[in-house]
Amino acid sequence: MATEPEIYAALKDIFADVFMRDDLQLTPALTAKDVKGWDSFKQIEIIMASEERWGIKFNTRELDRLQSVGDLVQTIAAKTA
Amino acid sequence: MTELHWLPTIPDWRSRLRALGSDPNAAWDEAVALANGRINFVLTNALDEAARRLFPTPPAGLATKPVRLAVLGSSTLTHLLPAIRVAGLRRGIWIDTYENDYGQYLQELSDSDSALHAFQPTAVLLAFDAHHLTAGVTAAMDADAAAAQLADTVAHVRETWRLAREAFKAPILQQAALPIHLSVLGNNEHRLPGSRLRFVARLNEALRAAAEEDGVDILAVDERAARDGIGKWHDAGLWHRSKQEVAPPAAPLYGDLVGRWAAAKQGRSFKCLVLDLDNTLWGGVIGDDGLEGITLGQGSALGEAYVAFQDYARELGRRGIILAVCSKNDEANALEPFEKHPDMVLRRGDIAGFVANWSNKADNIRSLAQELNIGLDSLVFVDDNPFERNLVRQELPMVAVPEVSDDPVSFPLALADAGYFEGLAVTEEDRERTAQYQGNRAREALKSSATDLEAYLRGLEMTLIVRPFDRIGLQRIVQLINKSNQFNLTTKRYTEEDVLAVMADPAAFGLQLRLTDRFGDNGVIAIVIGRLQPDKDLYIDTWLMSCRVLGRQVEPTTLNLIASNAQRLGARRLVGEYVPTRKNGMVKDHYAKLGFTVMQTTPEGGNRNSLDLGGFTPAETFIHVAEG
Repeated sequence: MATEPEIYAALKDIFADVFMRDDLQLTPALTAKDVKGWDSFKQIEIIMASEERWGIKFNTRELDRLQSVGDLVQTIAAKTA
Repeated sequence: MTELHWLPTIPDWRSRLRALGSDPNAAWDEAVALANGRINFVLTNALDEAARRLFPTPPAGLATKPVRLAVLGSSTLTHLLPAIRVAGLRRGIWIDTYENDYGQYLQELSDSDSALHAFQPTAVLLAFDAHHLTAGVTAAMDADAAAAQLADTVAHVRETWRLAREAFKAPILQQAALPIHLSVLGNNEHRLPGSRLRFVARLNEALRAAAEEDGVDILAVDERAARDGIGKWHDAGLWHRSKQEVAPPAAPLYGDLVGRWAAAKQGRSFKCLVLDLDNTLWGGVIGDDGLEGITLGQGSALGEAYVAFQDYARELGRRGIILAVCSKNDEANALEPFEKHPDMVLRRGDIAGFVANWSNKADNIRSLAQELNIGLDSLVFVDDNPFERNLVRQELPMVAVPEVSDDPVSFPLALADAGYFEGLAVTEEDRERTAQYQGNRAREALKSSATDLEAYLRGLEMTLIVRPFDRIGLQRIVQLINKSNQFNLTTKRYTEEDVLAVMADPAAFGLQLRLTDRFGDNGVIAIVIGRLQPDKDLYIDTWLMSCRVLGRQVEPTTLNLIASNAQRLGARRLVGEYVPTRKNGMVKDHYAKLGFTVMQTTPEGGNRNSLDLGGFTPAETFIHVAEG
């Protein structure tokens, strides 16, 4: 199973590709409104890149619940457990 | 599989993207190079963003025509546009795109004041989702109702073609409907007149027929999805969430299918397939293994896979692609299978240009293009050897070099999936083309041109690891001594006992040389045996090398090692001999090239040469030497 620090580290690479910047600090409380350019398309990119990275598939309810980076990390941790 | 698997991975892609534009003069070429790396949808979007910022308008002096593509549809297509633009970039084509307001394609087509009309497209892609096209189709329908609905839908699509053509006088690309529907009857779904699954299949056939009449081209995502699996293309959950019919991970491939079409419309599809021979058309090395030793034909899975690749290449030839050969080989050896091997599918007559020699492949590909009188940017080069692929990519970036594994099964797949030869029509002339090229094959003298090999070799970070003969290497040493035919100066064959005797002899040395580079370990590639004579001459009894590492400065580096070992034994000069055989003509002048003086020649064509060690200065090469 992936630990939370591992997930944060891998997500940082994903965010760096999605937003083409390396300086984003991923915290549990970070949400779309905190990051310039994080719109619904970028949201889908992050989700799909995460699915590719961990070989998982988020279901509709899980996606509906995602509000913050913390939610995303916890969902990934649960799905890779 | 929706990955662009035929494109090579570029290791420093991300840092190069971040640096894109730092040299404005090189920015476009660099962006094209990055688009030709293996990238997923996230990186495709990132590249598109950077390229659009740098090139809001087409750069001056492009050899290609800019394209203004209107993408019209009934669902969300926004996420496909970056991939379409990057696919243009991949082919050196600047593409701008326009997407209609959600669901408004018909209104915008009909309204000459619309933003669509203001955009003035030079090409139109109609990308209707399968839900839109099957609206109203239901299992409750009888056969007549289903047939009437099919006719209506085709008529509606044709009407949009007519509107688009009248408004813009532009070529039209119609996306086939994606087979996203589930069956409701099962295996015999075709018995249900109102099956949406079957409706899509019938619609796609009907659209193809209508497109033939109306001069419209088809984007065959249905056939592509049949290969990849519809699950790779469509995600029902995502459809409900964002009305994206094509899932973002498939966007780069979708875009590439459109990019191929745009390039084909400008006559910029590739036209010629250049093939390596050893381990590409057959398994093994013809010069060493001989006609009976190569792997080709029935009897082994590997042999059949090479036959299948040859068959695919011949099919391409029959539909108008020019076939050529570029191989490091003696020409006589290279031709032998074409003339004598019973399992060869390709025959000499299928090949319009045939170059087999020991020059570097970039130069040979240049001369092939000249001989065939086609541009380098219309050549695709298939080679199993990563060294050769990277050399050609670096020297001739306009030549397409698909990334393949060493499994011949991957060769036809890479060619087909990459869509290099995208064609829009088939003519009689195409089918006769190979014959034409054969006819005027006035082979121009092969000019060696100024390839910047040095820069390439320097970048290879080669290390030659030298070890005296030892028991661990014994088997490989004996195998090389008994198998090497081409780069083999004396062709002396030795047993294990002979090799052990060299190891025990204080007046002799045996060297096994391994070459590594940034692409990996080439294994033991050369063997040398030196014997000190009573008169203080060091006689080079054996010097053999694998042809795979020709042209990489291994020869002069090996000479440096021979000289230092000879000096250690107290030798005053080196004596090297070339003993001709039927197969080692390539090393006839080996010693002269390395600065030896010819002492005598034999009637059989052999020669004996010497090099004074007193005045010997080791050659500078790009190879680092290490003891291992």
